[in-house]
Amino acid sequence: MVRHKVVLHFPHEQVDKPIVSKLVRDYNLDFNILKASITPREEGLLVLEITGEDDDYQRGMDYIKSRGVSVQPLSQDIRRNDERCTHCGACLAVCPTDALRADRSTMEVLFDDEECVACELCVKVCPPRAMEIHY
Amino acid sequence: MGKTIAEINERIKRGEAVVVTAEEVIGIVEEKGAERAAQEVDVVTTGTFGPMCSSGAFINLGHAQPRMKIHRAWLNEVPVFCGIAAVDIYIGATEMAEHDPLNEVFPGEFRYGGGHLIEDLVAGKTVHLRATSYGTDCYPNRAWERDLTLADVKEAWLFNPRNAYQNYNVAVNLSDRVIYTYMGVLRPNLGNANYCSAGQLSPLLNDPLFRTIGIGTRIFLGGGIGYVAWHGTQHNTEVPRGPSGAPTRPAGTISVIGDLKGMSPRYLTGYSILGYGASLAVGIGIPIPVLDEEVVRAAAVRDEELVAAVVDYSHDYPQGTGKLLGEVTYAELKSGSINLDGKVVPTAPLSSYSRAREIAEKLKDWIAQGRFLLSEPVELLPCSAREEEVG
Ligand code: SF4
Ligand code: SF4
Repeated sequence: MVRHKVVLHFPHEQVDKPIVSKLVRDYNLDFNILKASITPREEGLLVLEITGEDDDYQRGMDYIKSRGVSVQPLSQDIRRNDERCTHCGACLAVCPTDALRADRSTMEVLFDDEECVACELCVKVCPPRAMEIHY
Repeated sequence: MGKTIAEINERIKRGEAVVVTAEEVIGIVEEKGAERAAQEVDVVTTGTFGPMCSSGAFINLGHAQPRMKIHRAWLNEVPVFCGIAAVDIYIGATEMAEHDPLNEVFPGEFRYGGGHLIEDLVAGKTVHLRATSYGTDCYPNRAWERDLTLADVKEAWLFNPRNAYQNYNVAVNLSDRVIYTYMGVLRPNLGNANYCSAGQLSPLLNDPLFRTIGIGTRIFLGGGIGYVAWHGTQHNTEVPRGPSGAPTRPAGTISVIGDLKGMSPRYLTGYSILGYGASLAVGIGIPIPVLDEEVVRAAAVRDEELVAAVVDYSHDYPQGTGKLLGEVTYAELKSGSINLDGKVVPTAPLSSYSRAREIAEKLKDWIAQGRFLLSEPVELLPCSAREEEVG
């Protein structure tokens, strides 16, 4: 038995296809949805915790990739360089989760990495480049 | 009875001046009325921190040996303007480093430009100079390379032709694709609305008719001391106004100058605006002397009364149609969403309100400690609405 946390990026045209349900039916995998959202470019973003036999897992992921879905392990970590963050708020326009949100009393932008799905959308949008990818 | 700037300065020197921020003055006027507030408060401090593309720095590099009349020059590969005297240059905030892919791979990242270079200099970092020339009898040198820091150059002044816009558009996207603008990323079909003003803390919204801010007004600039040099480019005062006199469209601007050597990267930060270009975020704070009731009433303006116009950046802005989609208040913008024709649209700022507040607080401390005196403007800035009132 293996257990993996992965981030799936669905291209625009695959968002409404039943790709994930096939994992259960054809590959005997179990999954928990940790996060699901549609990004500004209308791409789907799904963070799953998948459990099953190692063999089934590999075949399931091969199938998903063959449908044009990218699979990334959720090991990569988005961190904020607090020294560089100017609390401008530009990232609020793109973050698909509540990982980046404004405290309306202080108008500071708070980063909660528990909520972050590592979609990286904020990384290039942040004007002083305070959001960093760590591997 | 009114007060003069000289009287306020006497009180600052004696440590007796009452200095409050543009947020704090709202409650004071509400509680005590404008008449008493005008007697009790001496100075209202304001602040703003946001990308201001029309910024840059003049630097005199000092002479090489043998001497050189610089024809072309680069600092950290960012081309600098050399069309003035032999070793005077100007760094423009939006100039991109050579070989930057710009928007070839769209949207471009614009990682290093003039704004980043200015930030590096102010942070005391070493930058690399490369200069070329054609040689003259008095300036024979044709090539010069060296590493330098801000401390090594003779003079360095921040000199920004247009800063601190008095109000600005709210940008949205009506098209069906993502667009990348100087107002940030705009998602399709009214996916978000971006705005860029500190609203009730913003310097020029607190002195909407330029009754106190003029040429020579001493200000907080980039963490150091600066001055209003002139009105800024595109300064326009013939605009619709709200009850406090504050414009409801982009209106007045200022040109500012100050010694780069006293500034800090916390308030002069290089920005990379995805798909658009490089810029410099500039922190500015202007003290408003409470000369009379009118001044304090205008400075007590609140986000609920400040209005901005919503503009479509997929078509109307680039084509210059002048069409507006509606008006919203800064209170609505800061709540996190606005309502546009029944659709709830999430908002995102580009101007840092928390840093604007920090600047207003800092300027307040400087004045309260007697470290910063107000200056008498040499001349007020042009403003048709004020001139009509007086005339
Ligand atoms: S865009 Fe970057 S600097 Fe601005 S609030 Fe977000 S993380 Fe901070
Ligand atoms: S990577 Fe950035 S935009 Fe994506 S969820 Fe994390 S914080 Fe939000």
